[in-house]
Amino acid sequence: MEMREAFIGGLLEAMKKDDKIVVLDADLANCIKSAPIHKAFPERAFNVGIAEQNMISIAAGLSSYGFKPFVSSFSPFATRRVCDQITLSCLYSKQNVKIVGTDPGISAEINGGTHMGMDDIGTLRSVADIVIFEPVDEVQLKAALPAIIDYNGTMYIRLFRKTLENVFDENSYKFDLFKADVIQEGKDITICCSGIMVQETMKANEILKSEGISAEIINVHTIKPIDSETIVNSAKKTGLVLTCENHEIIGGLYSAVSEVLSKNYPTKMDAIGVPNCFGEVGKMPYLKEIYKMRAEDIVSKVKEMIKNK
Amino acid sequence: MDLQEICKEIRIDTLKCIGSIGVGHIGGSLSIVEILASLYFKHMNIDPSNPKMEGRDRLIVSKGHAGPAVYAALANRGYFSKDLLLTLNKSGTLLPSHCDMNKTSGIDMTTGSLGQGFSCAVGVALGSRLKGDGATIYTIIGDGESQEGQIWEAAMYAAHAKLGNLIAFTDYNRMQIDGNTDDINSLEPLDKKWESFNWNTIVIDGHDLKQIDEAIKNAKSQDKPTMIIAKTIKGKGVKSIEEKGFACHSLSLNEETVKAAIDEIRRAK
Repeated sequence: MEMREAFIGGLLEAMKKDDKIVVLDADLANCIKSAPIHKAFPERAFNVGIAEQNMISIAAGLSSYGFKPFVSSFSPFATRRVCDQITLSCLYSKQNVKIVGTDPGISAEINGGTHMGMDDIGTLRSVADIVIFEPVDEVQLKAALPAIIDYNGTMYIRLFRKTLENVFDENSYKFDLFKADVIQEGKDITICCSGIMVQETMKANEILKSEGISAEIINVHTIKPIDSETIVNSAKKTGLVLTCENHEIIGGLYSAVSEVLSKNYPTKMDAIGVPNCFGEVGKMPYLKEIYKMRAEDIVSKVKEMIKNK
Repeated sequence: MDLQEICKEIRIDTLKCIGSIGVGHIGGSLSIVEILASLYFKHMNIDPSNPKMEGRDRLIVSKGHAGPAVYAALANRGYFSKDLLLTLNKSGTLLPSHCDMNKTSGIDMTTGSLGQGFSCAVGVALGSRLKGDGATIYTIIGDGESQEGQIWEAAMYAAHAKLGNLIAFTDYNRMQIDGNTDDINSLEPLDKKWESFNWNTIVIDGHDLKQIDEAIKNAKSQDKPTMIIAKTIKGKGVKSIEEKGFACHSLSLNEETVKAAIDEIRRAK
């Protein structure tokens, strides 16, 4: 199932039980496929047209009236374009608004540089009180949705729209919004990864295993507030930390993990991610190649790090 | 006390409030006093002893820098003691320069970054309609604030959504920080702009209580949002402040100036 279908489907079910949930779109309802919600609850679904700033502040107004708004747009328009509205109308005002930014990082593909949220996490991460969450797969997204709805505050949800290979097992996965997932324990290196780079890390892991390298793999699904404890404990065990993210390496996961470790347990680190440059049109395999975000790039980086340990 | 007298009290308390710290947004505070008095003392269904009352009418002062006048009005209406007015912008105060719903009793929305409060008001009006509580949502925007693109995004959607429960005022004192609006970035023809955005548009003298009253009554009978363009005078009520022109957006006020201004207001008819 596509991530957007899982999200919209889950939200639609929740709306049947919770009449406080409202949905706002800014002319990209068709992209997140929220039509079933607009059809089932026309009075609780608003399409404000191409006016993202208005959408965010309207959502804050609805929140002040006791509603639980979910808004969505492409990730740069849901963050950079509306940073002041998120900061003041939502966070400073202590409102409960859930902002969904789709097509994060390179997943904007042929929409190109203008539509690539390479810096969406960086844009919002320094704003006080915000929660930033990025699901890895359908299993995690479904498990997270009740926690997202229940969380009374403003949250940014970074959502890949299309189908993703499942990393987690539906029957055994236990989700905690504020606790990172240790996907695999290891002793040679810690790999903190998020979003679509978790699947890439898992591919790299197969190669690393075959070469006798034991990696501890942590999925940091909530980048703010970050689960320092899990990261520090892992760094103490392996003494080497690599971050892998679908975001520029400035301001995102690499920065967040660096902040945790530099204070609590200084550890040698390196990063896989977009090397602080603008995006460009291209399919994901091409973009992963030019930004060195493929499984084989992760393997090379890990080996280099272990060699220089 | 009649509304005219209440306006005098609000003006005096606004001066005392800003005077207590010696500097503040006096011009755009004094220009909306009649609007505030009409709303808080006549038209709004509110209860100062229950500031979060369900279904109450709400006021979003999108030009959040008019905080001191709003605080003076709220204190006079009984939301909090007038002593609190003397804590404006002091460390740890409940009365910050710009309106804050999480700090001050009676404030319905946090505002200050211009343009946003107006969109919030649209959200609040949608919320009230969804709840079906019959509340009227009032909002006050600045004329300079109307240079923000977000105002027009919100204007377009409020009309599209036929928000008859939304009544807005523009404090049209024709001045902003850097000069006269007509010199910086003219809003004219402002009434035509709102009409063309499909708002019920009424132009009044913003210091005439009767005209405000009639405009609100007219607005309440509409099935679309109403913009009341209130022609006002920045710094209204104190000659020495009015004479400063656009410079009265924010002024230093010493004890003597405040005392003289209060005397002037008391003497006025």
